[in-house]
Amino acid sequence: MRYAMAVDTRKCVGCSDCVVACQTENNVPIGFCRDWIVEVTNGTYPQLEMELRSERCNQCVNAPCVRCCPTGASHIVDGGIVLVTHNECIGCGACMASCPYDARYPHPDGYVDKCTFCIHRIKNGLSPACVAVCPTKCLYFGDLHDPNSEVSVVLKKRKSKTLIPEAGTDPQLYFLI
Amino acid sequence: MEEELIVSGRMNQMIDPHLHIWHWQISLYLFLGGMAAGILAIAALYFIRGRENDYKTAVRITPFIAPFLLVIGLLALFIDLRHKLFFWQLYTNIKLQSPMSWGAWTLMVITPVSFVWCALHIKDIFPNWDWKYKWLYDLEAFFNKYKKALAWVMLIYAIILGIYTGILLSAFNARPLWNTSILGPLFLASGLSAGAAATLVLSKDSKERKQFARIDLVLIGIELFLIIHMFMGFLASTQVQIEAAQLFLGGQYTMSFWIFVVILGMLIPALLEIMELGKFHIPVVIPAVLVIFGSLMLRFIIVYAGQVSRWLY
Repeated sequence: MRYAMAVDTRKCVGCSDCVVACQTENNVPIGFCRDWIVEVTNGTYPQLEMELRSERCNQCVNAPCVRCCPTGASHIVDGGIVLVTHNECIGCGACMASCPYDARYPHPDGYVDKCTFCIHRIKNGLSPACVAVCPTKCLYFGDLHDPNSEVSVVLKKRKSKTLIPEAGTDPQLYFLI
Repeated sequence: MEEELIVSGRMNQMIDPHLHIWHWQISLYLFLGGMAAGILAIAALYFIRGRENDYKTAVRITPFIAPFLLVIGLLALFIDLRHKLFFWQLYTNIKLQSPMSWGAWTLMVITPVSFVWCALHIKDIFPNWDWKYKWLYDLEAFFNKYKKALAWVMLIYAIILGIYTGILLSAFNARPLWNTSILGPLFLASGLSAGAAATLVLSKDSKERKQFARIDLVLIGIELFLIIHMFMGFLASTQVQIEAAQLFLGGQYTMSFWIFVVILGMLIPALLEIMELGKFHIPVVIPAVLVIFGSLMLRFIIVYAGQVSRWLY
């Protein structure tokens, strides 16, 4: 089992519905976010192109946040999802400093929080809240080890990239280009 | 290289536009821990080499600062934690891959050892000291019997503590400025230098002061070598590390780094110490305080600048 997500940068319109759905589903405190929309402009004028990306924790295989955590609060569970056990986290910030994607935030209750791929939902056979709500259906979620899952199929069909692969974290959030 | 020109839409407070994770608490702790490590390592080393009577201040008096430094440093660390009441979780886990875990356990050893070392020498400061209870006298006798073993433990753990203050930062691949193994030896040298400077201030023996001025000079030389080495490494590395080095070579931390750390904290004290050794009379407090100040500034600037450096994407 290896959960992964693919984001179609050509279908995403940057409406932020995924962000709102995540904040509602996971009770994310105001001012913080577990996922976010990035608008990127590339190129040299006048040849510019814009890309819209819905980003979140990359659920890295080689997760630096897990390596740096002094208490073991940050850990990887079955399916490769990186989780933080709230009452083992001391809020030292090592995981936040070690994440090249800046995907973690300090929850006002003290512990460090991040995207969980809505593990409480996928355990019950549902898709993550962001995926379920996306109006353009540009988010694909599933098990990479299952060749018939939505995410495996779309990754086979389309060209994709990951963010900062040179950081060596082996991210599992793919962007279809 | 194709660089992303405009990136917008992030709203992770305290993360964007760059990290605001670690503040003065961590910088202060790295400095205090490093200085305590320097003091204790020097004391242990001279004791093991049987030079206790030549360098009385370094072995017996200066270590009295160390427990204060360590306790204040630990308090700063505690203040920094966001989930303070769970701090004990550090001691229910041994995570070999996490430098912070190493640091927690090292402090667990070195802090009590520093207290014991002071207890063994308390009669040098307070000649009429009375332990009041017999078991405390017995304990003192016990540690006196195994003082050499204690000194070895203190030496080894002081060196680990000194290196760890740098390794803590260099383990973070995500911050290119920190991600260099030079930080460990650099912070160790800087801590030893601050420790030698503390003895320089406290010592009244001119022979001892001369020796510590010499030690400080050598350590400053090592530090300068490591800093040059660090920049060579950055500039010969990837784009993100070149950009990290640019923070100090024309970027926003250039003035503070070169003026406070290198010129005021290393070059001027080195010059004053050379003049002092060359028979000019210079109040030793001046170079010593400058060295300690430079050591503090090195931590502050590296901690803050590291949080500005990042991967490009």
